[in-house]
Amino acid sequence: MTVDQAVRPETITAPRERRPTRKRLKTLSTTDKVVLGMMVGIPTLIEACLIWLPSLASIGLSFGRWDGIGSPTNITSAGISNYTYIFTNYPSFWPAVLHNLIWLVFLAVIATPLGVLLAVLLDRKIRFTRIYQSIFFLPVMLSLALIGIIWQLIYSSDNGLIDSLLGIAGKPQSIDFFGDKSINLWAALVAQTWRHAGYVMILYLAGLKGVDLSLKEAAALDGATAWQTFTRIVFPVMKPINTVVIVITIIEALRSFDLVYIINGGTNGLELLSALVVRNLQGEGQDLGVGSAIATVLLVLSLVPIIIYLSRTFRKDRTE
Amino acid sequence: MSATLGTSSVPLGTSNPITRNKSRNSPWIYVFLTAVAVLWLIPLVWTLYTSLRPNAATTRLGYFSVGGGVTFSNFSTAWNSGFAGYLLNSALITVPAVIITLFLASCVAFAVSRFAWKFNVSLLILFTAGNLLPPQILATPIYQLFKNIPLPLTVSDSGSLLNTYYGVIVMNVAFQVGFCTFVLSNYMKALPDELGEAARVDGASVWRQYRSIIMPLCRPALGALATLEVIWIYNDFFWALLLVQTGSRLPITTAINNLKGEFVNNYNLIAAGAMITVIPTLIIYFVLQRQFVAGLTLGASKG
Repeated sequence: MTVDQAVRPETITAPRERRPTRKRLKTLSTTDKVVLGMMVGIPTLIEACLIWLPSLASIGLSFGRWDGIGSPTNITSAGISNYTYIFTNYPSFWPAVLHNLIWLVFLAVIATPLGVLLAVLLDRKIRFTRIYQSIFFLPVMLSLALIGIIWQLIYSSDNGLIDSLLGIAGKPQSIDFFGDKSINLWAALVAQTWRHAGYVMILYLAGLKGVDLSLKEAAALDGATAWQTFTRIVFPVMKPINTVVIVITIIEALRSFDLVYIINGGTNGLELLSALVVRNLQGEGQDLGVGSAIATVLLVLSLVPIIIYLSRTFRKDRTE
Repeated sequence: MSATLGTSSVPLGTSNPITRNKSRNSPWIYVFLTAVAVLWLIPLVWTLYTSLRPNAATTRLGYFSVGGGVTFSNFSTAWNSGFAGYLLNSALITVPAVIITLFLASCVAFAVSRFAWKFNVSLLILFTAGNLLPPQILATPIYQLFKNIPLPLTVSDSGSLLNTYYGVIVMNVAFQVGFCTFVLSNYMKALPDELGEAARVDGASVWRQYRSIIMPLCRPALGALATLEVIWIYNDFFWALLLVQTGSRLPITTAINNLKGEFVNNYNLIAAGAMITVIPTLIIYFVLQRQFVAGLTLGASKG
């Protein structure tokens, strides 16, 4: 589930007026202070113990050596050897980085623009717009794990829909979309697009509904084409939504895991950083130091868009 | 469709803006949208179709065929081979996780939005950022932490947080609280301050202000968020994969990972399992779509 999770916030920060009359804490009774302290303290403690301290622990473990079986006192220092190992010797690392990058570029160039296009078209007083919206939005309700299963039925080489349509199902020349390592990344990306485009569509459509109609009408009266109206008028005033959509796309590319894991565990052409972390976590190849070094790389990559996004979102609040 | 195509037959490229306005929706838009819509429906329709056909028929005729009748036996087979239990597990995880998430998030949102704190913004940033991280980053430390938290055997037969619903619930809560706090705090900030003032004059405690004044006003936001969170937590794959080892305890979204192994190449059964997994989300989709979309885009119009 993914990423979606994350980014919706910005859609929500509509401009609003603030009056400086928030209640000051000093005027509260002791009981009230204790109650407030617990209301903030308990969730913060959960967040700190289960998200932020473990993130720091991942960074710490990446400089150590541990098989994860004995007690944590068995951890020995490894210096930066885990990093030199993944950068120079670990065969899956660079392919995973490349796949994450392809994932990002594909979403950014194909899936996200498709979602924006659908939103712009559906915003044009189309008949049956509700029906179209419902259909495009349907896959957003499904988990990516389930999407992997459903697309397996489309893609399989012996009985899949596509190979059947081509008349090659079960024959030697059949195409195994998820099994063939030269194409399975693209096959997975098509399945991901099925969901991602609908998600982008619904967010963008909500933004478009907020665009002042008179802007578009004025542009039309001035003889602007639909393309000009969109690129010169609508797109610039949609800046907050554009940011959300860009951040969703980046985060989704970094967080993708469920789909490749359900297809083949994230191997054989579908290596992703997130899948490598999990592979180093348990079973034969267990090496928590190496896994944590990959996790740290992923953490650093994720923090860049997160920080940019949050600093933009909260800048307004801060200056208040 | 034909009616639609007929009404928008004004050719493109006329220079009169009024005519252009009418012709904006050229038939090609409908052709394009309909083509995409058909493509969009194929995966689910194909899954449904496959799930409704007897295995004997598809073995004889191939999957890409018609005929052989319709059967619900795939559904009952899948249901009896564990899906009933998986669905129950999902409910046992999702319901408490959503309730706890909304409760904790509303507490923090109330405190940061209705009172002046020094660390308001920092706190919100910390909560929201946590929600955006790839969960795999935390996998190793969380697994080790949960393994080493002792629980009495009466509560957990593993003697730790591993292999329990609690572990999965707690991680889902930790990941979702950030987003809900963000949405609810924006919602609460938009409520007039005078509400709090009036309550204070009446001598209402902080807890009463939260419970009797702010929370009832947040009902629309809470409804939308609850719908959204039910879907998200129901759809969560990773935490149960990491933390639950016993197959029969898996929630349904994680359990479908074993579908291929369990129903080797019986695509009818795999499809039926997939449909059983989809049905709860489809019900929510048809009944509460508005709420779900509102949750996603909440505040885009309201602030």
